[in-house]
Amino acid sequence: MKKKKSIEVTTQTVGRNRRNFLKVSGLAIAGSGLLLASCSDDDDNGNMLGGTFDLGTGDVGVLNYAYALEQLEAAFYTNVVNGSFYASASADEKAILLDLYNHEVNHREFFKAAIGANVPMEQQLTADLEFDFSSVDFGNRDSVLGTARVLEDTGVSAYNGAGQYIQTAAYLTLAGKIVSIEARHAAAIRSIISGSADYTAFAGDDIIDDNGLDLAASPADVISAAGGFFVTPFTYKNPQA
Amino acid sequence: MNLIKFLDEFTTDKLQEPNTSRRAMFGQLGSLTKKAAIAAVPFGLATMSNKAMAQSSSSVVDVLNLALTLEYLEDEFYAMALDSGVLSGNAKAEAIYMQISKHESQHVDFLTAAIEGSGATPVAKPTFDFTVGGAFDPFNDNGAGPATAYAQLLALAQAFEDTGVRAYKGQAGNLMGNPGVLTAALQIHSVEARHASEVRRLRGLEGWITGNQRGAGMPEATQAVYDGATTEANIMQGGLDVTSLGSGSPFTVDASTQAYDEILTGDEAVAIASLFIVS
Repeated sequence: MKKKKSIEVTTQTVGRNRRNFLKVSGLAIAGSGLLLASCSDDDDNGNMLGGTFDLGTGDVGVLNYAYALEQLEAAFYTNVVNGSFYASASADEKAILLDLYNHEVNHREFFKAAIGANVPMEQQLTADLEFDFSSVDFGNRDSVLGTARVLEDTGVSAYNGAGQYIQTAAYLTLAGKIVSIEARHAAAIRSIISGSADYTAFAGDDIIDDNGLDLAASPADVISAAGGFFVTPFTYKNPQA
Repeated sequence: MNLIKFLDEFTTDKLQEPNTSRRAMFGQLGSLTKKAAIAAVPFGLATMSNKAMAQSSSSVVDVLNLALTLEYLEDEFYAMALDSGVLSGNAKAEAIYMQISKHESQHVDFLTAAIEGSGATPVAKPTFDFTVGGAFDPFNDNGAGPATAYAQLLALAQAFEDTGVRAYKGQAGNLMGNPGVLTAALQIHSVEARHASEVRRLRGLEGWITGNQRGAGMPEATQAVYDGATTEANIMQGGLDVTSLGSGSPFTVDASTQAYDEILTGDEAVAIASLFIVS
C-alpha cells in the first residue's frame, strides 16, 4: 500500500541553499510491508524562511548523505531501546538491537564530528533532522524488526551506490568500514525475522542478484524509499562532483 | 596467467628477487609490513583495452585477480564442505552453506568475466589444501570425526568470510575512478559481510567483531584474520578516537570496535590465502 505525502518543513541549517526549495516526496518503502505514516498535506512548521537543504556534491555530499542516514538509523534504534523493546523480545533479540543502537549512534556521532571538522559550516547538514516514526509500532516485533530490516538493507544499498561519488580514498575506506557493519546488521535482522522458515534470508535471493551482487541504489532512489521517515526535507541533486 | 606467477608478481620485493622460491616468498609475506600497494605492480598494462578505466589499469586487474583468488578459495571450500557430508542432518547449516556457495560461485564467474572483458587474463584456479598440511580436517577425510570436522568447517568459513570483508575493503581505494568496477566490488564486499555475520551467528558469536577477538572456538592460527597493520581493535577513525565522541554504551571500546570493520592490505590477504594454497 502506497500513500504519497508531501513535506514542506525547512531545515534549521543556515546556508546559501535556501533558494532551492523543493518538496520531498515520501513513498512507502517497497516491499517493507509497512504503512506510511499518515501525514497531513500541510505538515509544515510554518517556517518558510528557509529552503530545502541540498546535501552537496562529491565528498561533502556523501558525508552529509551518510550523516542523514545514520541519524535516521540512530533515531530509530534509540526509540526501540528507550521503548524497552517490544514486549515479546527475547534476550538475544534485545542484545542484537542494543548492539545496533550502539553502532548506529557511534556512526552518527562520527559523521557529525567528521563533517564539523571537514565541511564548511554552510554546507553542513543539521545535526537535528526530525523523523516521523508514526508508521512503526514500537511495541510490535514484526513492525520493529521489519523496519530495522528496511533501514539496514537501505543503508547497504545507499553506501554501495554512493561509493562512486567519493573523491578521497580515506573517505571511501571509511564508508567501507561502515557499510560492512550495516550488511552484518542486515543479515542478522533478516535471519531472526525469518527464523527456520528460510535459512537463506540473511543474503536472500530477494536482494542478492544472479551475479552474487548486493543491493546498490542511487541517492534519488534511497531518498525516495526512506523519505517517509524524514520530516526535515533535503535534496541531493548532484552527487557527482 | 597462473596463480603462482601472479603471486610472485604481487610484491615489488619479489620482482626484485626473481630467484626466491615460492615458499620463501610466503615466509616473506608474513613479515612484510610496508609493502607498496599492489597498484604499483606493473603487470598487464599493455593488455588493457578498456579506456574507461581512468586509473592505471594494471592495478584494477591486479585487484580483480586478488579478488578472484579469494573467491576461488571460498568457492572450492564451500563446494567441498557440501560434498563432504559433514553438514548432513543439519538443515540450517546446510542451507546457509548452499546459499553462500552459490554466491561464491557467482563471484568467480563474475570476476572472471570482468577480467576477460577488460582484455586481461584471469589468474588460474589454484590447488587448495584446506587441511593446511593436516592441521585441520574440516571434511572429515582423516578421521577427525564429524563433530570436530563440523567445528572446523564453521571456523574456517568464519575466517574466510571475515578475511573477504577486510580484503575487499582494503582494495576499494585502488578502484577509484572506475565507478562500475568499484560499485561491483562494493556489492560483493557487502555480500561477504552478510555471509560473515551469518556464519559467526551460526557459531554462536555475534555477527560483528569485538576488538581483535577471533571468537570462541576459533583456532589460534586464524588470529591473522583479525590482526594486521590496522587491527580490528582499532578505535581511530579518520583521525578521531570514536570512543571519545560521546558517553554511554555506544562509545565503549567494545561497541566502538564493533561498529567499524577494518581493512587488510593486499599482502595481508595474500598471506592468509596462501596458507591454503598448494600450488
